[in-house]
Amino acid sequence: MLSRVANTLYWMVRYVERADNLARLIDVNQQLLLDSERLDSERLRGFWHPIILSTGDEDLFSTLYAEAGSTEVIRFLTDDKRNPNSITSCIALARENARTVRDQLSDELWEELNGLYLFTRSTEAEHLIAENPPRYYENVRRSAVTFLGIAASTTLRDEDWDFMELGRHLERADKTTRFLDVANYLPDGSDGTVVAAPGILHWTAILRSCGALGAFRAVERKINARSVIDFLIFSGKFPRSVRFCMEKADHALHRISGTPRGTFCNDAERETGRLLADLNFGSSEDAFRTGLHDYLDALQERFNAIGAAIFQSYVLMPEQVQVCPAEEFRSLSALALWEMQQQQQQ
Amino acid sequence: MYSTIFSGFQKFCGVGPPFAKGVIEIPMQMFKGYDPGNFYDEMYLPDGGVRPHCAPLHGRFSRLDQQDFLARKASSELYFLRQGITFNVYHDNRGTERIFPFDPVPRVMPAAEWEHLEAGLTQRIVALNLFLHDIYHDQQILKDEVIPRFYIEQAKHYRPEFRGVDVPANIYIHICGSDLIRGADGEYYVLEDNGRCPSGASYLLENRNALKRAFPGIFDEMGVRSVDSYPQDLLNMLQHISPRGESDPVCVLLTPGCHNSAYFEHCYLAREMGIDIVEGRDLAVVDKFVYMRTTRGLKRVDVIYRRIDDDFIDPVVFRKDSVLGVPGLMNAYRSGNVALANAVGTGVADDKVIYYFVPKMIEYYLGQKPILPNVPTYLASEEKDLKFILGHLPELVVKAANESGGYGMLMGPSATKEQIEKFRELIIADPRNYIAQPVISLSRAPTWCDGSMEGRHIDLRPYIIYGDDVKIVPGGLTRVALTKDSLIVNSSQGGGSKDTWVLHQ
Repeated sequence: MLSRVANTLYWMVRYVERADNLARLIDVNQQLLLDSERLDSERLRGFWHPIILSTGDEDLFSTLYAEAGSTEVIRFLTDDKRNPNSITSCIALARENARTVRDQLSDELWEELNGLYLFTRSTEAEHLIAENPPRYYENVRRSAVTFLGIAASTTLRDEDWDFMELGRHLERADKTTRFLDVANYLPDGSDGTVVAAPGILHWTAILRSCGALGAFRAVERKINARSVIDFLIFSGKFPRSVRFCMEKADHALHRISGTPRGTFCNDAERETGRLLADLNFGSSEDAFRTGLHDYLDALQERFNAIGAAIFQSYVLMPEQVQVCPAEEFRSLSALALWEMQQQQQQ
Repeated sequence: MYSTIFSGFQKFCGVGPPFAKGVIEIPMQMFKGYDPGNFYDEMYLPDGGVRPHCAPLHGRFSRLDQQDFLARKASSELYFLRQGITFNVYHDNRGTERIFPFDPVPRVMPAAEWEHLEAGLTQRIVALNLFLHDIYHDQQILKDEVIPRFYIEQAKHYRPEFRGVDVPANIYIHICGSDLIRGADGEYYVLEDNGRCPSGASYLLENRNALKRAFPGIFDEMGVRSVDSYPQDLLNMLQHISPRGESDPVCVLLTPGCHNSAYFEHCYLAREMGIDIVEGRDLAVVDKFVYMRTTRGLKRVDVIYRRIDDDFIDPVVFRKDSVLGVPGLMNAYRSGNVALANAVGTGVADDKVIYYFVPKMIEYYLGQKPILPNVPTYLASEEKDLKFILGHLPELVVKAANESGGYGMLMGPSATKEQIEKFRELIIADPRNYIAQPVISLSRAPTWCDGSMEGRHIDLRPYIIYGDDVKIVPGGLTRVALTKDSLIVNSSQGGGSKDTWVLHQ
């Protein structure tokens, strides 16, 4: 398949996955807030601050908003077009990616994503965000899951699918680590071993943000730092655990290249294989030894390295196309935009 | 939202269409008060009767309940929106994507009328291709002084660099979108030939899909000819012109990118044909061969259906600043290693000044009388014509020789004094670049306009494919000027479209 198409499908799915995760994160925390006692603005800030920190967009947030109350944070993460990682922006980006590879997608798949896009830009969505946020997030989540279901049931199991799988699982793993990271920013000191009473509420919220509470309860009784980390990072069975996602990504990479698993033919496979081995043979002990925040940080860096290596191996291909190297897939220049519009379609 | 579409679909499958025979006749509400006016009306006779070939359709629409009609119309619009069948309007701040307005009342054409058009269009594309071959080789038609040399050499899209280059299968215009209009006399005229990158075929196909979904009942027993073969015809043509004698050549569609106004169409056609859609950056030229960059390395490309203008296609040869093109592509093309549809330099044939000479070409190359006439045309660079044009600007349509999309034209009768004076200066400054034509009062067809049926002016764009044979999908895209009394049908200027029905009989 075309390298550009592979890259675009990968990002299309990543953005849908990102929107889905964000919707859950905000929804869960908004509901959590309802359980809390009356919060003054100081405490509210304390509540939302970790969530902003975990998304990695705190700088942008503080340049755009003076206050960090519920309204601002929710606005920023949900429908602020100035935030490239808000739900609305992610869906617009996913749809823009889909549009450029429209010919590769089934009609139903396109319709679902286009429908979601039209929804996020509708007055209905605006109204729901203001009046009935759970409904809004539910709509986004349902549509994202439907998108996934349609993709699973209409996409040929060839490279198209494998690149979509890569995008989905890398994004998922990244988001799981970020949601876990919320714990590190909590005002109530949670040093990883001793969790104060309010901590349980937070660990529960983290599990719910990952859609993991039900699955967790089926195999674990105690909600504490250790059990949650073991589950969300090291479980081999839960579909959003980091290990599970890396297992899937490793599979997809080897299907693409045809190299047997356990071996590698490019950096992406090598990085993924190494990480997977660490996860397969590791446990929450590793995280506590390093410190949870640093451990999660390191994981995120490794995901980024894998993403970069995939791009290098399948899109840039330096050794194959040395005669005329591919351009960087930078964002569209104003010149390119202008030129596209100049083409007379008679 | 889903259920609206789905209910339309159910009815398509035959669940309770309200059009069944034996339904009690309700008074003809839908067309109540319809005034065909002083024009050629596609549905009504001058005496107010319905043209016989339209009678069954007229009857079915008349029996529709207005609420039902509106619901179905809305569902067809939703279909376009959900499918993303939109076009981009430049310099429009209201958002870049819009639906191309669709009018559900089809335009109907009897078989004999279509046969006449088919013959005329076939004759025309054959002559245009002979002309292009001649112009890029011996230029016999110039030597015999049928066309003054000056006109060719001054044509904006003439590419002297390509003289002497043989193109694959010796075809230049593979896809032609000639615009036809019908005058008050009921006669069809060719208004222009679009031989570079004609667009709109996807709307033709999707209009039919939308109409079938929303109004399945109106097709019953009408004997409407299918338009489904277009993508296959297009693919067959592309495969035919492959320079490599492979049974399964690699064909791609080259798009300027997702911000082009016709991007939806590019994706649509590529998918319908099952070929890759590529951008310039996806292609690379190595040793005069064209390749695309795939996840498995470079893959050779044989045929490019390009939807990008000559000017931007190769920065080495044409515009140096083009970031959309493929450096080295022209070199590969000249070497005969890749085929392009349409060929480079076809724009010389759809220059509006050269258009004037098409009937002469038909006589010169084919020794035949033109089946379809041109609209009478005045050339501003002919002294006698120029005098006439300048003396009659308020009555004429003036067009720049190389613009399209309804840009760069003056509609004399509706223009302001300032506009007329501006064009007078433009014409005097550059007469080679302007032509003028009398205002043809285009035929009208009943069109739903805010609460009632009204007559609106229409044209017709058939899509002619020239491969091992000439193939024309029955009918074409009927464009309709939705603004009352407007004669401009372009989508960029408030035009919409209709489904076009060619009947088996």
